[in-house]
Parts: sequence; structure tokens; C-alpha cells
Amino acid sequence: MFETLSDRFDGIFTRLRGKGRLSESDVDDVLKEIRLALLEADVNFEVVRSLQGRIRERAVGVELSGALNPSQQIIKIVNEELTFSLGGDTMKVVPAQKGPTVILMAGLQGSGKTTNSAKLALWFKKQGRNPIMIGCDLQRPAAVEQLRTLGGQIDVPVFSEATDPVSAAAAGMAEAKNLGRDVIICDTAGRLAIDAELMEEVRQISEAISPTYTFLVVDAMTGQDAVTVAENFHDTLALDGVILTKLDGDARGGAALSVKEVVGKPIAFASTGEKLEDFDQFHPERLAGRILGMGDMLTLIEKAEEVFEAEEAEAAAAKLLDGQFTLDDFLDQMQQIKKMGPIGNLIGMMPGVPKEIKDVEIGDKEVGRIEGIIHSMTVEERAKPEIIDGSRRNRIAAGSGVSATEVSQLIDQFKQMRKMMKQMGGFGTKKKRGGARGKKGKKGKKGRSSGGRVTAKGGAKIPKEAMALPDLEELEGMPGFKGLPDLPNLNDK
Amino acid sequence: MVWVIIVAVAAVVLIGAGLFFFRGGGGGATPPLQGTPRPQAGTSVLDVPKPGQESGATDVLDAPVEAPVEAPPSKPTFRDRLAKARGAFTGYLTAIVGRGVDAQTWDQLEEALIRADVGVQTTQSVLESVKEKATENKVTEGAEVIELLRSELKARLSGFDRSLALADTSPSIWLFVGVNGVGKTTTIGKLAKRESVGGKSVVLAAGDTFRAAAAEQLEMWAERAGTEIVRGAEGADPSSVVFDAVESAASKGADLVLADTAGRLHTKTNLMDELTKVRRVAEKGEGKVSEVLLVLDATTGQNGLTQAAQFTEAVEVTGVVLSKLDGSAKGGIVIAIHQELGIPVKLVGLGEGADDLVDFDPDEFVDALLAT
Repeated sequence: MFETLSDRFDGIFTRLRGKGRLSESDVDDVLKEIRLALLEADVNFEVVRSLQGRIRERAVGVELSGALNPSQQIIKIVNEELTFSLGGDTMKVVPAQKGPTVILMAGLQGSGKTTNSAKLALWFKKQGRNPIMIGCDLQRPAAVEQLRTLGGQIDVPVFSEATDPVSAAAAGMAEAKNLGRDVIICDTAGRLAIDAELMEEVRQISEAISPTYTFLVVDAMTGQDAVTVAENFHDTLALDGVILTKLDGDARGGAALSVKEVVGKPIAFASTGEKLEDFDQFHPERLAGRILGMGDMLTLIEKAEEVFEAEEAEAAAAKLLDGQFTLDDFLDQMQQIKKMGPIGNLIGMMPGVPKEIKDVEIGDKEVGRIEGIIHSMTVEERAKPEIIDGSRRNRIAAGSGVSATEVSQLIDQFKQMRKMMKQMGGFGTKKKRGGARGKKGKKGKKGRSSGGRVTAKGGAKIPKEAMALPDLEELEGMPGFKGLPDLPNLNDK
Repeated sequence: MVWVIIVAVAAVVLIGAGLFFFRGGGGGATPPLQGTPRPQAGTSVLDVPKPGQESGATDVLDAPVEAPVEAPPSKPTFRDRLAKARGAFTGYLTAIVGRGVDAQTWDQLEEALIRADVGVQTTQSVLESVKEKATENKVTEGAEVIELLRSELKARLSGFDRSLALADTSPSIWLFVGVNGVGKTTTIGKLAKRESVGGKSVVLAAGDTFRAAAAEQLEMWAERAGTEIVRGAEGADPSSVVFDAVESAASKGADLVLADTAGRLHTKTNLMDELTKVRRVAEKGEGKVSEVLLVLDATTGQNGLTQAAQFTEAVEVTGVVLSKLDGSAKGGIVIAIHQELGIPVKLVGLGEGADDLVDFDPDEFVDALLAT
């Protein structure tokens, strides 16, 4: 339903190709598209306006360097401005100097306060702290019950009493002291930002517990109203940060940008799934890409960094692009990649992957079947899948407990992939020779997330580099994973 | 599926390797992008407030904030609940009325509509037709343009059947779906009260077996509304809970089963499949699903359209319940949902009280949106 910003740019930039410099009217055209993209991502109108101004200032007169095409340059500027606006650094949540760390959770109805109270408690627990949760939502039926259940799941005590929210909060503080808990998380009822009476109530709760941190819980799907909500809560409570929830959907999360701009407080945590572990500190630079519709590439790179050995990965990629990749290599790599998390999640992080593919549920079971099939092959078969004939196929099928069709499907598709990668490698090398396009430097910038660096030199050292990078060049300009061959055959799951 | 895995593995290998190519060889100082006014990347940039950002932020802070007005304790009507949250829109309209029609008029209308979450595309298409009519009728007054906008919006919301359908044979099943936290359970609670006061015998099905204490929450509503409730254990199969509720309703000759489901993001294929199954299994017995109501939070932005499309694909949504419209959010996304998906809003949630659920009235919705 949404086009990525880079898709939008394509039309404009075909026209600009060959120009050495962007004129004001070129920039205006581009800015229109940027505006549209930001508004569709639910970034607040005012915020879009001020961003537009900043982007314009930087974009007019930009020299078109040889390294980046105009689209990539502009997107880079946009990305930098967004990252900057989102706050750049990850917020540090440090325990209170003296006494327990007290946290107040506030927000609209249904934003996820109760669930995220528990998620936060678990997060603290993993840091070696002893949290307690206070249930001050006496309004929604069974809210305290929900908190107690969640507390039970993570083995964190929950205090509440059926008095009124302010007294319950105060009593909870006393109880926490008695129990010697060092983190106190106070869940409150959802309230509308324009409900004066309930806003006063939450102010009194805040007074009663003097929180170390006050977090506003914001649904990533929120539209233009996020600004009003954040303003009102900030006026009442002096927020310290935001917890962004439901980021596991496909909402662009522009609201986060609006809230950050208005309140000037960082997004501290993001909730990315239904499980209580699906919660972590928020990395602002990643959301910028998401708002622009490019997926969560940085997370992917980071995860890859954790599990891959540099030389190994290089060697594997070289083989892949040379067409030398064997089923053994494939098996090895797949096992590495499994450490990065479920493969389905990884695919979700890749920009530009069609939704139909992201939707395909890829279970570990499926991966296990592939492993089984490959394990049932001889060493020779793994190196040269061509030699697998009918009888070998039947043996492999019997060995791995799948049908012969599945075996041939795997082999066919593996060969197809290998061929494709080889073509890609060849293409990349050619491209490289033609252009010396300094992909290395560009990608580096991406990986590091700092902005502003582009190099037009520094390409030519490692021939391999060129092979690996056709898609990474795209990645740099974030237009998504066009290097990734279009993935057909969706139906033969 | 195999194919996807193979390609994914290959892609990740390239990404992983690509990263190391960089690590191995890059790193040296590279010249900044020409024409970049910000010379250094890194923390310094992040710490220094940019000129312009301050003013940008202040602008936003200065934007009209709705003054909270005490609502009368009487039963809410659509309009006066909405009216207290109209401020932002009013600001624009007063700037348009009493002036001639120029480019600024259209800009202001566009801004007002986008800020009401109508969405860029819908806003543009609405304003296109208003512009055409304005030219046709040689309109010169801002106030007239607003009237044209009013009738355009009303026209776009008209012609939908907003009644809640009953099956030919009892029990009818109304299934409630939506993403997490939109107010499904609360909506069912309120509707249970309304329908049982209206003379129907209602059974609630606590089909949200996932969220902690969701069934307890619904049970409290059942008590308030004086209806029966069928619930299963936490983690039970929601299909079987709904099925049991329908069976129970059928055996007692009840008219209506209101079936709750767990909130789920429309991007989770397995959970959407589960929902499809709930709908299918619900009709295995004597009941018929006559309404599938998507509960949509009024604060939802452009993602609302995607939600509606995905849920429709899974369970054929027949109507939308726009919840939490008593806040400052305008719920403008429903215009796109009417237009692009042909799904009407049937009910509106205006608060947490048992009576705070009213029928959607498109004219009042538009009037309230454009109230001056």
C-alpha cells in the first residue's frame, strides 16, 4: 500500500540523471515526494514542515558526486535529518542514585501500558534488579488481574489495592520498601490527554511516587494526534522518555518522530512482539530507515556481525558469487544464520522484500527439513548436486524422511540460486570495472550509521568487494533490496 | 518456502560478508558529502541543537491545544462528545471562512484534513472534486468552499448500510476483530448491555484466550450487562471457545453471540489464519456469523487502512467500530476505509462507560469534523 521513498524518487530522478547539480525546482519536486512519504508514515504535519525546510537547505545545490546517484544523495540527507530528529543516541536508563528506581507508565487506553510494565520489569530483572509492579489501573475491568498474571509469568511481585489510584500508588511504594525492591514500576489506567480530571489524577500519582523516570507509552500506529497526546502528557507529567509499542506491525512509526520533536525526549524502549522478551532499548537511527520504508537493515547487519567470522563470511560470499557454493557451504551458513534468530524474522528486516514473502511463515521445522535432506547426502553429492540421479534422490528422500519431489525441489532451487548469484557476481564485477564506485566507503557509512560520509575513491583494492556489493550499493541508497533477485515460486512452499 | 530460505541464506551471507569487506578495508577518513552544511557526523551533531529545530518544536507546541470542556453527565450524543475535541480543525476553518478563495485556502484545507488523519491521497482526491465544483459554481467565498467540502465528504460517506445484521435463524454471531489495544473487549461489553437492554438475549464468547485476564475483563462486562458468558482456559483454542458459546446460545435459544478475539497485528500470518479458523468454526454449529466488526482506534493513522484491508482478507469484515473518538483524534482514516474498501463504520465508541457506544452517523461525523 505504501511505496517506499526510493520508489517515489525513481521517476523524478530518471529525469535528473546526467545533471551535475540539483536546481531549486528539482529539489522542490523531490521535497514534494518526501513530504508525501513522511505524511503517509504519520509524521505530524508541523514536523514534516520543519523537516522539509531543513532538507531543502541541505539539498539545494548539492553536487552530484560520482559515487552516489541523486536519489541516493537526497535519501541520505533525508535519512540523516530523520535520524538527527529522532535523537541519535540510544537513551541510557540508569538506576536512581539513591533509593529505588521508580518508573511511572502513562498513556492512552490500549497503548500497551500494562503489558509493557511487565516487559520493562523483565528487562530490569535481566539487569540483576529486583522489580515490583504496582497496579494503579483500577478503572479498566481486570487490569490488575492482567498485571498479576504477567507478574506471575516473570516472577515479579505485584501490589495493588482496591482504594483509589493515588492511595494504591502510595501504598505500593511502602510495600516496595518493605520488600526491599529496588525497581518500582507503576502501571496506570489509560486516559485521554484531554480528560482534565484523569490527567490531574495521574499528576497526583506522580506526586505520590516521585518517579525517576516517567514514560509515555505510545502505539506505533498512532496518527497525527500523537502530538496532542504527547504535549498534554508532557505538560502534566514532565516525561523522561517514550516507550514505542506494537512496532512489530507494518506501521511506519512516524508518530515517534512527532513525539520526539514535540517533547524533546528520546524514545527509550521499543516493544516488538507479543512475548514479554520482545522488548529492548530503542535505536533511533533504525526508525529513520523504517519511516522511509527501507526495513530494519541495521539490525540485520548488527546481527550478522555477531555471528559471522569475517574471513569465513568473505570466503562464503566469494564462493557464492563465483558459482562455487556447495550444499555443504549452504548448510554451514544456514547454521550460522540460525543463530541470528528465526529466518522468517530476518527476512522481515530486509528492505524491499515483497510483503507476500515476508508473510510466508518460515518455521524452524522447515529449516530442519532442509538440513535433514542435506545431511542425507554424501560428501560428493553435496559438492556436486548435479550427480544426484533418480536412485540417489530416492535414497536421500528415504534417509531424511521426505518425498523425492522435495529433494529435487531443494536441489533445483539451490542450483537456480547459485546460477543467479553467479550472474550477480559477474554483473557486479563488470559494473565495478566500469565505474570504480567506491562501494566500500558507502556501505561503511551505513554500517556505522553516522552520516555524511561518502567516498568516491577507495574502491579498487579487493576484487571480491565488487562482487558482494551490487545489492549493498542499493542498500546504501536504501532503496531496498533490488539486488535481491525477485523471488518467484512463492506457491511451492 | 524452501526457495525463500535458500535465497534468504544467500542474501544474509552477502550482507554479512559485505560488512566485513568494509571493516577490513574502509574506515579511513572520507570526505563529507559536498554541500553538506553539517561538517561532522557523530555525537557533536546530536548534541548541538540545530537552528530551526527549536523553532520547529515551538511551532508544534504552540499549535492549538483543545481546551478540555466538562462534558455533561447525560447520555452522550455523537456530536457533543466530538465537539470538545475539535479545536485543531476549528483553527483552520475560521482562517478560511470570511476570506476569498486562493491558494492558501486550499493549503489550509489540505493541512486540516491531513491533520485529521484523512491521509494524503484521500485528501487530495477530496480537494480535487471540491476544486472542480468550486470552479463550476464560480465560488469566491471561503465559507462556500467549506460547504462544498462538507457535501463532498458527506457524499463520500453516504449510501452504506450501517445496520447490524442478524442471521435468519438464531443465534446470530457478531465477531469482533482488530489489532491489540483498540478496545474490542470494551466494545463488546458496551454492546452486550445495549443489545440486552434492547430485548435480545446475548451470550458473550471470551475468545481472547491469549492476553492475560482478558476473559476476566469480559466477565465483568457480562455481569454489568447481565448476560451469559462462555470462557475457556487461558491459552485454549479460541475457535473452540467461540464454538462452545454458539452451542450454548443455541441450546438456550439465545439471539446473539458476541465473540471476542485476541488482539493481533494484521502482519502476523499465523494469527490471521487462526482468526479465519475462528470464523469458520463458529459456523460449524447452528449459528451464522452475520457481522464481523473491525474495532479501530480513532488515534490510528494511515496504518488503519492496511489493517482494514488485511482483516477483510482474513475474515470479510462487514463493518468498523471506531473506538475512542472522544479523545482529540479525529479518525479521518475511516473516510479512506469507506472509499477504498467499501467498509462502513457502524458504531462509535465515546468513552469507557456502558452507554458510551452509539451508532455512527456520517453527517454528524462530517459536521463535527468541520465544526467552527
